[in-house]
Parts: sequence; C-alpha cells; structure tokens
Amino acid sequence: MRQLAWLLGAMAVLAVINAVLPSVANPYVTRVIMLCGINIVLAVSLNLINGFTGQFSIGHAGFMAIGGYGSAMFSLHIGRHWVTALAAAGLPVVVAQGMALVVALVIAGLLAAIAGYLVGLPSLRLRGDYLAIVTLGFGEIIRVLILNVNVIGGARGLPGIPGWSNFFWVGFVVMAVVLLARHLATSTHGRALFAIRDDEVAAESLGVDTTSYKVLAFVLGASFAGVAGGLAAHNDSYLNPSSFTFIRSIEVIAMVVLGGMGSISGSILAAILLTLLPEVLRPVKDYRMVIYSLMLITLMITRPGGLLGNREISLARLFKRARPARERA
Amino acid sequence: MSEFLQQLVNGITWGSVYALIALGYTMVYGILRLINFAHGDVYMLGAFFAYYTARFTGAATNPSPLMAAFTLLVAMLGCAVVGFVIERFAYKPVRRSSRLSALITAIGVSLLLENGGQLIFGADPKFFPQIIRATNIPLGMGVTISNQQVIILVVSLSLMLALRFIVLHTRAGKAMRAVSYSHTAAALMGISVDRIITMTFVLGSMLAAAAGVLVALQNPRIEPYMGIMPGLKAFVAAVLGGIGNIPGAVLGGLVMGVAEVMVVGYLSPTWRDAIAFVLLILILLVRPQGLLGQPPAEKV
Amino acid sequence: MSGPVLELKTVTMQFGGLKAVCDLDLAIGEGELVGLIGPNGAGKTTVFNVVTGVYAPTQGDVLFKGRSIRGLRPHAIAHRGITRTFQNIRLFGSRCCRDNVSIAAHQHAKANLLDAVVRNGRFERDERALREQADELLAFFGLAPWAESIAGELPYGQQRRLEIARALAGRPGLLLLDEPAAGLNPQESDALMHLIQEIRTRFKVTILLIEHDMRVVMGICQWIAVLDYGIKIAQGTPAEIRTDPKVIEAYLGEEMPADLGAGA
Repeated sequence: MRQLAWLLGAMAVLAVINAVLPSVANPYVTRVIMLCGINIVLAVSLNLINGFTGQFSIGHAGFMAIGGYGSAMFSLHIGRHWVTALAAAGLPVVVAQGMALVVALVIAGLLAAIAGYLVGLPSLRLRGDYLAIVTLGFGEIIRVLILNVNVIGGARGLPGIPGWSNFFWVGFVVMAVVLLARHLATSTHGRALFAIRDDEVAAESLGVDTTSYKVLAFVLGASFAGVAGGLAAHNDSYLNPSSFTFIRSIEVIAMVVLGGMGSISGSILAAILLTLLPEVLRPVKDYRMVIYSLMLITLMITRPGGLLGNREISLARLFKRARPARERA
Repeated sequence: MSEFLQQLVNGITWGSVYALIALGYTMVYGILRLINFAHGDVYMLGAFFAYYTARFTGAATNPSPLMAAFTLLVAMLGCAVVGFVIERFAYKPVRRSSRLSALITAIGVSLLLENGGQLIFGADPKFFPQIIRATNIPLGMGVTISNQQVIILVVSLSLMLALRFIVLHTRAGKAMRAVSYSHTAAALMGISVDRIITMTFVLGSMLAAAAGVLVALQNPRIEPYMGIMPGLKAFVAAVLGGIGNIPGAVLGGLVMGVAEVMVVGYLSPTWRDAIAFVLLILILLVRPQGLLGQPPAEKV
Repeated sequence: MSGPVLELKTVTMQFGGLKAVCDLDLAIGEGELVGLIGPNGAGKTTVFNVVTGVYAPTQGDVLFKGRSIRGLRPHAIAHRGITRTFQNIRLFGSRCCRDNVSIAAHQHAKANLLDAVVRNGRFERDERALREQADELLAFFGLAPWAESIAGELPYGQQRRLEIARALAGRPGLLLLDEPAAGLNPQESDALMHLIQEIRTRFKVTILLIEHDMRVVMGICQWIAVLDYGIKIAQGTPAEIRTDPKVIEAYLGEEMPADLGAGA
C-alpha cells in the first residue's frame, strides 16, 4: 500500500509540472524535455535486451516505428471519434484525450511486443553477431514496408495525428519503464537475465530456460520501444519513415553503451546527455555525427563499460560518503 | 527469353561487384569474427579516390586504358592505407573486448567515414568522369553487354583469381587460413597474427576499392553515403554463401546480384533493397551457416 | 528407490567422424560417490555434456531415476535434478556470490514475473527465502564473508567452491563435478575431499566426479569407471582399478599421473 501512495504522489507531481510547464518554458524547451523522456524510454527498453541479457539488438527503431504507426492509425481513425463522443457526453476533454492516448499507447506496446516475439523467437538461437544482423534487417524491412504502404502515408509521412501527448504522459511512461526495469533487475527473473548475459551455457545448465528469457527481454524491450514511438507520434503530430532509420537505432545504442550496459541510471543519464548534445552542438550541426562516431569509437577503446558500467547511482551511497566529511568538520 | 538472359547478364555483372565487396567482409569475419561495418564505406572511398585521381591526371579529357588502370591502382592503394589505419587504430584496441564492443566500434568507424566524407567531399554528389568510352556489344539472342560490364566482369574475375592464388598457393595465404582457425595455434606456429590480420584488412579493402571504381564506371553518380546499401547487401551476400567462406562470398554475391536484378525487372524497383533482407532472414532461419558453410560447434 | 539413479545405455556420441564416446554403459546407484577417470581426451566431459543435455546422444539412452532424459534441454534436465560444475569455471562473473547461488535456485522460486514487478507479499517472501537459502549454502562452504563480493574477483580456490555451492542450490539428486581439484595444492585438495564427503552426507546427493588427481579419486570414490578413447575399459573399486593392467596401459606413454598406485 505504501507503494501505491508513492505512485499516486509521483503522478500528482507530474500533473503539477505538466500544468506549470507552458508558463515556465517555451515550446522549444518543452519539446527537448519531451524528447529526453522518449529517449529515456528507448534507452532503458533497449538496455533490457542488450544490457541485461547481453543480446545484440540493433534494429530498435523498427519497434518504435511499429508502435508509432500503429497507435497513430488507431488515433486517427478510431480514437479521435471516441474523444469527441466522450466530450459530448460531458467528460472533460483532457480526460477523454488521456483515455484515448492510453488505449493508443497500449496498442502501440502490444503491436511492438508481437513484432518482438516474431523477430525474437526464431532468431534468438542464432549467435550474437547473426542476431545483430537479423535485427538490423528487421528494422530496415519495417522502414521499407512503411515507405511502400500508402495507406499509412508512405514516403510523404503521416500528418494530423492528434497531439494528446504531454509532459504528464511522457513522465508517466518514463516512470513505468524505469520501475519495471528496476523491479525486474532486483528479482530472480532479472538475475536470470544477467546470468544469461554472463554465461548462457552455465545459466541453462542450472535450470534457467534461456530461450524463454531471451524472448521475454526482447518482447519487453520491443513493447516499450513501441510505446515510445506512440508517444513521439502523438507529440509531433506527424510521422515519417525517415525518423526510423538505422541511424536512430544507433543513437539509442549509443545511449545504452555510454550509460553502461546493464545500468538503468546510466541509460537515463546518457539519454539526457545525448538528447541535449545535438541541441548544444546545433551551431556545429555538420560536425554532430562526426563527433558522435568519434565518441563511440573512443568509448569502446577506452571505457567499454560506459559511464556507470554495471552499477547504478545509489542515493544511499552518495549520502554515506557525504556524512563523514561533515562529522570531521 | 532474351529479356531473361539480358537480366541474367546484368545480374551476374552486379553480382561480381557484390562478390568483390563480400570477399572483404568474409575474410575479416573469418579471421576476427568481426562484422566490419565500415567495409561498405571503403568501397565508397575507392570511388572517390578514383574520382579525384581521374580529375587530377586529366583522364577524363584523355581517356585511355592505361590511365584507367592507373586510376584503379591508385584507388586500391589508397584504400589499402585506409584499411590499415582502421584496423590499427580502431579495431586492434578492441580485439580483446566483447563482441558487442567490437561491433559498436565498427559502426562508429562507418559513421565516421560517411560523415567525415560528407564534410571533406561535400554532400552534393560528384559525377565520375567517363574514363572509358561506352559501347555496346551484341551477344546474340537479343542480349547486349556494354564494354563497361565486360570490364567489370574481367577485372572482378582477375582479382578473385588473384585472391584465390594468394590464399591457396602462398605462405601468407596459408597463414591467413591458419589464423582464421585459431589465433593461439597460429601464433604458436610462429605466425605473426597481427601482421596477418593487417594483411587481411588491406586485401579486403583493395577489393572493395576496386568494386567502387568499377561501379562508378557504370553508375557515375557518387556521394558519401553510396556505400551503405551495397555494403549491407554485400554483407548479406557473404552470409548467404557462408560467412568466413571465400568461395561462399563469390557464390553469395552472384546470387544476390541476380536476385536483385530479377526482382527489379520482374516485380518492382521499390522492393530492390528489401530483397536483400528477405534473403537474409530466409538464410538465417533455414540454414544459418550459409550455402557453403559448416554448422558451428561450441565446445563446452 | 530401487533402480539406479543414473543409467547410460550404450550411449554413443559422435561428432562428424569422431566418436567421442562409444557404446558406454554406466549405472550409478542412489547416494553413491563415483569417479570417472581416463587420459586427456578420453571423452569424460563429453559424458557430462550428454547427461546434462548439452548434446543429445547420437545413439543410446540416458535415464535419470528411471525416466529417459535423452533430448531434453539442459534447463529441463536441471529441473529434473541434475546439476554440474565445469572444467573451466563458468561463474556469473559480474554478479555477487549470493546472486550466483540464488540464480541456481531460480527453478524453485514461487513468485512469477508479475509478482516481481508489482512487488507484492509473495514476491517479498520468496526473495527472503531465496536469500536465506543462499546465505545458508554460502556459510556451509565458508563463503559467507564474500556473499556480496563480485564472483569474478574471488581467488581461484574460492571460485571453485562457489561453483559447487551454486550447483547445490538447485537441490539436485545428482551432482556432476568436472575436475574440482584442478589447480588446487595438496592442502586444498585435502579440504576438497572432506568437503565432498560432507556434501554427500549433508545434502543426500549422488555424486559423479571427473578428476585427474588420483589421490582424490582413490581417496573418496566408492567405485571408478575408466574411459580411454571414448570406451569404458575398466570399472571397479579403487583397489581393483589401481592394479588393472588395461588402466595402467592406458596411462602409459603419457606422463604417469602421480600416485596412481598410492593409497589415500
């Protein structure tokens, strides 16, 4: 019950910030904050696959695309009508929109989860680099498919998606994915994932059904990537297949690697850093990707563990270190 | 029927280009178990090196077979250096790290070459000069082949035969094969593993460079991102044939080239890129070791 | 329990043209401590791999407690009650010792994924039980002070003990130990011998042991099977094996293992 209180309290804080935000920040800053949130969700979800379980998935943008387009189609053709109907029946518009968004996001997550299952199940028995290539191929196939299917906009993109997403919802999903990852990591199921990463043969011989767990990580990671895609779609009100290229997948991988594979707080930190970096580097926009690539290379050579390696930022440890200094003084 | 044969000729021509690039992938994978993502970009650099050489030597205004051969040579040597540098400064330090680290490093190098290329060469496409005047040669049955296609086929075949000779009939080639089986055992036999790895990268890069020049002859529009798709497709070709397997790379390249041309000709051009990935998924699900590969065994 | 705990019936394991194990018959009774020895490359670890499901035997059958386990995946076989250690230590190097042991008890965890995410009472109880069991096991192996240390950073001898502790966490009926004395000095291998016997009494588990250290094998095993080039060439008590001419011949031509003839 204490947990529930925490949860409601956090949601209240998010709602307050959401209400106050437009008056404190201009649309550009708001947009960057939302992008941070979406990237956190992407990074943490990819961390489940690459970091926790040690699998090579480099097509994460594909899952995002599936979630984005799936939820957008729902909202455009069905959700919108629900909102009008509910609003007409007397429900406050914000609430109706929120409900429709929740349904849209659930659809996004489910579609992406199914895709994750279909991609994961046959491929997870492949060796690491082969799995990487299959996930890469999957991401590309999704992109080519979207380009060629005109019902969902094709190369011109899909405009007019209802802009129901806001700080509250992005924050809520961020909370959900971080909580899920954290609770998973500190449970026997999370330990099973880490065991698979460290030594799959040993894990299997000790009773861990490695295939099921690898598929589980894949499906969980994919579904949250889908939800992130849904959030992005309802944030920008526009979707275009060029947002879901291999480069997008690389950007998410960079966040996970920079933060430290297996570290949730690392992914959060790195996602924020790498979302702000292009904005900060806007004056040297041409050099952005060059800097990015140099960063990746240098990171792998000098500190492959990333910023936090395997560890998490622990507030308790931070406070413990601060106390002795004060006592000395 | 004649259309089918024409497509076949085109497909085999394209296939030999893919084969040249695929050979580089397969050799590096065989020796390092690394997917050299940057390989497609070396192909791009080959085209650009040849472009600047041709402009510099005025081969465009005075086309001659000698100048063309010289251009090819310069491009191959230039990319040999590039391959050496990449291996030495980016891949060697991560050789002992996890495979994911090496993969990410490779992706980083690829991005660096593409974006660096865009900075240096400019994002606008360049047009490769016609250093060989184009003519069409009829082969009978309504099939024609351009002299450019003939050059592609002849040069690719010669290079592949040269590689075959090196791998099968020289000591260095034998050392390469030894290293691809086991670094430790090869080192114990007195083979300098570092030098062999460098050599593999250099050879692979030279082949990719040649592929870049040959393609630029036929499709003169070159730009810094031109290596991404051919690189991916050539990689799929290598997997198709059996990654690590040299004849497999050639076979895979030819299959890829023919499949792609057929799909574009008989289905639709928009599916051109997708066929590569469909083939990839199919082969990995049905026979992951590739057409000519052997099933992997892990010692517990 | 009447019949043998583990039974191999004409098991053959063939890799391409190589027969690593050939027509092997083996029957181990409940509670026994059996040794499996033979020169390098004799196929001993392959036998372990077949029993634990890493390989499915090319021919023959493997029965555990009377039921065939042939073709089952390793995790299913672990659920049936067979666990093992590895020739080259395969710990979960990034995890702490307690986690290493807890993971092996995963199959006995009662809380499912939903419980873990929601963090309900069942999950908390489950985690507490897992933690207590792990700590108990670590204490038995003298590893309690290192419960939270990273497994990959432990000294070699402790890593070996941790691997055995981990294998016991699943409460197996049959424990396979692959060269547990490798790399241990005489004092350490003495301690190991005591440990293995204590494990047998405390955990009521059948043990099959691959080992090159003859002092250990002769010292604790009730009986021994000898493999050479994949074929069982002898089977009997330590006294019988020590003097068996076929066994001595198999080891001749190699450096004679120390103390082949000496007693414990």
